[in-house]
Amino acid sequence: MNFEFSEEQQMLRDQARNYLTQHCPTTLVRRVLNNRETHDADLYKGIAEMGWTATTIPEEYGGLGMSHLELVVIAEELGRACAPVPFSSTVYLAAEAIMALGTEAQKQTWLPKLADGSAIGCFALGEAGGAVTPDQISTSMADGVINGTKVPVADGGIADVAIVVCKSDGGDGATLALVDLSQDAVAKDNVQMIDFSRGHAELTFNGACAEVLGEEGAGWAAVESLMNSAAILFAWEQIGLADKALEQAREYALGRFAFGRSIASYQAIKHKLAKMYVKNTLARSNAYYGAWALNAGASDLAVAAATSRVAAIQASLFSAEENIQTHGGMGFTWEFDCQFYYRRAKLLSLAVGSEKQWQGRLVDGLAASA
Amino acid sequence: MDFNDTPEQAAFRASAADWLAANVPTKEETEGLNRLQVAKLWQKRKYDAGWACIGWDPAYGGRGASAIEQVIWKQEEAKYDVPAGFFVIGQGMMAPTLMAYAQPQHLERYLPKLASGEEIWCQLFSEPAGGSDLAALRTKAEKDGDEWVINGQKIWTSGAHYSDFGCVVVRTDPTVPKHKGLSYFFIDMKSPGIEIKPIKQLTGESDFNEVYFTDVRVPDSQRLGEVGQGWQVSLTTLMNERAAIGAGSSGVNVNLAIQLAKEVMIDGKPAIEDSAVKARLANFYVEEAGLKFTSYRTLSALSRGDIPGPENSIGKLVGAPKMQQLASFCMDLLETSGAIWDTSRSKLADNIIGSYMGAPGLRIAGGTDEIMTNIIAERVLGLPQEPRMDKGIPFMDVPTG
Repeated sequence: MNFEFSEEQQMLRDQARNYLTQHCPTTLVRRVLNNRETHDADLYKGIAEMGWTATTIPEEYGGLGMSHLELVVIAEELGRACAPVPFSSTVYLAAEAIMALGTEAQKQTWLPKLADGSAIGCFALGEAGGAVTPDQISTSMADGVINGTKVPVADGGIADVAIVVCKSDGGDGATLALVDLSQDAVAKDNVQMIDFSRGHAELTFNGACAEVLGEEGAGWAAVESLMNSAAILFAWEQIGLADKALEQAREYALGRFAFGRSIASYQAIKHKLAKMYVKNTLARSNAYYGAWALNAGASDLAVAAATSRVAAIQASLFSAEENIQTHGGMGFTWEFDCQFYYRRAKLLSLAVGSEKQWQGRLVDGLAASA
Repeated sequence: MDFNDTPEQAAFRASAADWLAANVPTKEETEGLNRLQVAKLWQKRKYDAGWACIGWDPAYGGRGASAIEQVIWKQEEAKYDVPAGFFVIGQGMMAPTLMAYAQPQHLERYLPKLASGEEIWCQLFSEPAGGSDLAALRTKAEKDGDEWVINGQKIWTSGAHYSDFGCVVVRTDPTVPKHKGLSYFFIDMKSPGIEIKPIKQLTGESDFNEVYFTDVRVPDSQRLGEVGQGWQVSLTTLMNERAAIGAGSSGVNVNLAIQLAKEVMIDGKPAIEDSAVKARLANFYVEEAGLKFTSYRTLSALSRGDIPGPENSIGKLVGAPKMQQLASFCMDLLETSGAIWDTSRSKLADNIIGSYMGAPGLRIAGGTDEIMTNIIAERVLGLPQEPRMDKGIPFMDVPTG
């Protein structure tokens, strides 16, 4: 047993933090947010040049063939930096899906491009409000042709390839489609989300060409499996964000004086920050286990993923919310950076299933194994 | 990072499991013995076979096991219902303090008997006038030749009534600010002048005591640390206390709550299918698993030789309120019958209600939730202390009420 990241992984963390401190300052996040840009293309290019997009992709497909333990280290730093890039859509969702389910040809076509950053991927699941189940999906695929509308799709407006969840009459009720988004039969309409620094879109498929990804009628099981790995990878972004929000609150409280002393000396503030620390620590420890379970393919991966996800949602929302509260009125202004974490925390908490959904999955998993 | 045993660890686990299977006292062996007698029997058996305090130096009865091996041993031992609580204070808190400050001949004299359970130790810190403000304690010690004479009163002393020795913090100089005038001793609890009065808790049990000192004499050689250094020595004890209490949280757990939620019904369906029940259970599990993995991560630090730090306060801070809320939640699942505390009618009552009734004490013992939160804020996050009215003032001039 060994419960620490290796020295190499910690060096990778330092390297990622240094790179993002230099290349993704909050002024860059602010510019993207102010202008409602879909992403920062130069930053994403730089990240790809650093090899981060290639981390877990096998070497034969142009990747680095490293483990998920290296990927979570990078995820945490991207979360800290609130990086406005399509990294999660491309790496945690599209690349993971193609690696797990793709044919040799599909892997050859897409993985090298996702690895070197020349292509962006996305994952298209929801169509209407509420939790998605197979019977609520109306997007359909038949004879290599796809029809339907997906919204909101993270990075859908800039992606080159989409993994689209379609309904299926047989099997588990769903089939995954791999769709090249450069076709005319795909319409993209930008959708503004709570976080203006992360582009989302409505994708409409009007008889576009599509390939089956994985097995027909086995799409829902594939989605559930994909969600387990995504939950853990997103959790690390959320933990990075939560820690950054705590640091920002701490720094502000120390420097802000009221009634003749630093507000950081009042128990009302100290206990608030200590509570943030406790939630962040529990989330991090759960995500340690999640990362290991994902990497090792542990038998309790589903429970580990749900635990990581629920803890990360709770910690990141709490830290982002209480960071604003600690700042008082200034925290509520456009000018202060607190809003970045508040927006991003909420967006991430809904990105791959809400807290309620994952609480359900967690307890179902525990009850099944108890 | 690897949460699985290495081959060496697996072999260690197997040998621990084998020994336990062959040596845990049988019902026949413990027939007619009280919990303390069973605990002493079990501890001595472990000691004789080299399975007591396995992290300690073999010279004192241990086997120099690594931090990870200690966890493996605890995990395996926890599979059996064997009493352990009597020795937690002595082995988990007093022993590390002795190892840090006592003279070699003391270690040779006291540690083996601590490990074997033949001698039990208690901790004499809190006083009626100083709980959270521990350093405001008033029990005084005055030098008389090679001895000190102690007068005053301690309170909340767990196990004083069955302890052989105790560690006591006393005021040796009231003319300096409060933290600077303390000294730390270990004493024989059978010394003349010590009077022990049990305190009846709200559970009806009496686990702790008031301890009165009237002209109790202690040799200067039993002082740990320098005169006036008592506060620093106390912190060594307290950090180990928080690690010991946090790690040893027994009582209700999520697994038990899930079993219960499968059995009881809500609106004609098993409670486990109710989404509000799931949300609560999930939140409890996030805390339970989060604490477990946090303690594992701490191990890596301890394995490198670090001493337990202030971040260990998280175990008790999260674990104790969780126990209270989870017990309360389990009782709610049972509706009115959840309040039955009669083991002939409810086999879970002792565990669930016992946890509910014991949790308020756990939230206070060894530093309240509020003090734990302050420790995290001040010593982990580096936030300033609240202004203190007694700061820099000689202890004898500090206002009291």
